[in-house]
Amino acid sequence: MSNNPLIIVGAGHAGVEVSVAAREAGWNGEIVLISEEKHLPYHRPPLSKSYLAGETAVDTVVLKPASIYERAGIRLLLGNRVESIDRAARNVALSGGSELRYERLVLATGGRPRTLPISVLGAGQVRNLHYLRTLDDANRIKSQLIPGRRMVVVGGGYVGLELAALAVKAGLMVTVLEAAERVLARVTAQVVGDFYAKVHRAAGVTIETSQQVEGFELDSSGANIVAVRCSSGDLFPADLVVAGIGLVPNTELASAAGLTVADGVLVDEFARTSDPAIYATGDCTRYFSQLYQRSIRLESVPNALEQARTVAASLCGKQRRYDSVPWFWSDQYDLKLKMVGLSSGYDQVILRGDLSERSFSAFYLRGRRVLAADTVNRAPDFLVAKQLVGAAAEVDPSDLANPAISLRDLLPSPGRPPVQQPSVAR
Amino acid sequence: MPVITFIEHNGTEHRVEAPVGSTAMQAAVNNGVPGVLADCGGSCSCATCHGYVDEMWTGSLSSAKADELDMLGGALDMKHNSRLTCQILLTAAMDGLIIRLPESQI
Repeated sequence: MSNNPLIIVGAGHAGVEVSVAAREAGWNGEIVLISEEKHLPYHRPPLSKSYLAGETAVDTVVLKPASIYERAGIRLLLGNRVESIDRAARNVALSGGSELRYERLVLATGGRPRTLPISVLGAGQVRNLHYLRTLDDANRIKSQLIPGRRMVVVGGGYVGLELAALAVKAGLMVTVLEAAERVLARVTAQVVGDFYAKVHRAAGVTIETSQQVEGFELDSSGANIVAVRCSSGDLFPADLVVAGIGLVPNTELASAAGLTVADGVLVDEFARTSDPAIYATGDCTRYFSQLYQRSIRLESVPNALEQARTVAASLCGKQRRYDSVPWFWSDQYDLKLKMVGLSSGYDQVILRGDLSERSFSAFYLRGRRVLAADTVNRAPDFLVAKQLVGAAAEVDPSDLANPAISLRDLLPSPGRPPVQQPSVAR
Repeated sequence: MPVITFIEHNGTEHRVEAPVGSTAMQAAVNNGVPGVLADCGGSCSCATCHGYVDEMWTGSLSSAKADELDMLGGALDMKHNSRLTCQILLTAAMDGLIIRLPESQI
């Protein structure tokens, strides 16, 4: 199996899925999966949830046991960084100095946490400021989750709120600092954001909105933050600070190799980059969504997996167009939030269910078209919403809000042609 | 360790061993059984580890909780013996369990 090498850079959900799915789809050459990290590839979602809360052991977060890679003839190169791509020679250069030739190359490089501006950091390296993306990050945070300590979470997005939920449950005193006027401002409607803020406050989390982090107060050694200073002048004492302020796609390798990149490696519906020998998948990619008629970059496990399956099919000469309906999930406390679609451009939000019973769905509409939905503890709504969003269905808003009408009855009937996807502004 | 048999829709059988306390989904994933995608990693969020528990065994398993039933409601080809394999916790008494896999694993 020394011919036809398939090299995959990055071993998150996307990279691992390409490796296994390509073998299953019939790739008969060598498959090399390269990861900067030393760990066997693992699931990321539990890192801000059950794993960090100590409810899930490290061996249950691995994506596949080592035996699966062995059996599929996938060579795992852990602790190796790809430094550059020579597209003319079809080589990648590794951090150790060696080079590997590829027949096909897949970039599954993911992303890294957005960091606080340098101006905020002050002098030197501090020991109790963390970001969360990798297992090592999670382990560092875990070692500092000590009951009674004060934790400041910078950023009231999903990762920040998941961290706050598990830390307050672990007995820490938690403050979330959000720069916008409310939490989840970029991703959900006010009614959903307010609901989550209320749940967190009831659990004991302090949420401070419109707070821009300006700097840190350090202890006399200069190695530890003792307080977070905001531009409002407020000072928040902290034994531990975690920032969850977004993700930056890892596109440098692709850019340096001359591939087309624009906040994501550009790929087509078959996950091909601008070089026919190179594919890309997952958080690091940007593609044109037929559903929303614009280019999108998704940070999502289902996207990484589905796009990876498209790469595997493409590599083996099979047609499998990728244009799935985006979906996401977030578990906090007893709340199972499942979201589908992209809500930007909505002009009204329709609620179904009851906020006080912690079971409701928010549908985002533009005119009569269902763009997206957030469902809380309502999986059946989520599953129908996925179809409504995928079909670009048009519904009567009052039907959506009416609990006496089954959501399923709002689906376009099979006999009727689906509504043609109207283009969404922007 | 209990031995579980997964039977693909095309009839291919996979006999796998799995530790007590792990889930049927993990047993399938850890042994590369095709047709169990388990996209969400076992958090009852995706319904891509759907399987049919053999009639002989349906009585011996604890029944599905509400969130599992909710997810199953949207799985393709749901039957009365449908389960999400990530919600089947293996016990020593489950040695010999048979799970058939649906044709379509969404």
